[in-house]
Amino acid sequence: MKAMTLGPYASFIVTSYLVVVAVVLILIVWIAVDYRRQQLRLRELEASGITRRSGRSAADIR
Amino acid sequence: MTLTDLANPTRFLSLTARLLPWLAAATAILLLIGLYQSAVAPDDYQQGATVKIMFIHVPNAWLSMFVWGVMSVAALGTLVWRHPLADVAAKTAAPIGAAFTFLALVTGSLWGRPMWGTYWAWDARLTSVLILFLMYLGLIALWRAVEDPSRAARAAAVLTLVGAINLPIIKFSVDWWNTLHQPASVFRMGGPTLDRAFLIPLMVMALAFSLLFVTLHLAAMRNEILRRRVRTLQMAQAQMMQASRRSA
Repeated sequence: MKAMTLGPYASFIVTSYLVVVAVVLILIVWIAVDYRRQQLRLRELEASGITRRSGRSAADIR
Repeated sequence: MTLTDLANPTRFLSLTARLLPWLAAATAILLLIGLYQSAVAPDDYQQGATVKIMFIHVPNAWLSMFVWGVMSVAALGTLVWRHPLADVAAKTAAPIGAAFTFLALVTGSLWGRPMWGTYWAWDARLTSVLILFLMYLGLIALWRAVEDPSRAARAAAVLTLVGAINLPIIKFSVDWWNTLHQPASVFRMGGPTLDRAFLIPLMVMALAFSLLFVTLHLAAMRNEILRRRVRTLQMAQAQMMQASRRSA
């Protein structure tokens, strides 16, 4: 297979891809951290005796 | 399962729990295929290797408008049908749409410098996309400014529907005005003008980014439902504490 050459504008191409990867990773991490934070808050509230009217666990999503 | 079934947040959470691993895996596989195809795609006879920027710029640009379209449908869901998950969908799509719009602007700028000789020009396409980005930021600020989600939802829905006027302006800006940005080369009357060597990787990347949006959006909606449960329980806790203070 021929080696990939990016020519004289390689820095523009590489920077574009790196920026996209960085922003997508930030989005993924932000959403994953937010999920853990909400689960933790719900468990803390339930541990302190606050429950939903239905009686079901608020942290259980299955 | 119908849209009415999904009006029940618990049922929606159960569905997302089952769907998300599959969606994430499909997104990762498609992204890998798309990135490989982008890497091995030939150079353009005029643009050289910078054509590779197209494979990430165009999907982000499409999604920047598509996400606002999704938010507009959700806004109708809030104002007309009063669907319980409509404002959850609208609120959680905004930061993701803002990220795609930001990426469309940055990658477009990085493509523009070697091709046009400038990072930025105040032409109709670039300016209307910048306005879209600012509208996303405005909506995010609105959601954060109003504490009660149901009150914020109605104001945000109206703003979203007004902002939807910008979508045809972005799409047709290259036809209506004399712009530095090239006219449409994929979704146009008479079919795409792109060669298959570029069209196939572009479509794979567009599908991969669309799946990425669906995955991130469902995950963000799940988080928002849990956040609202936290809020409800915190309010119940505050009421209980108030009642126990009164009885003491």
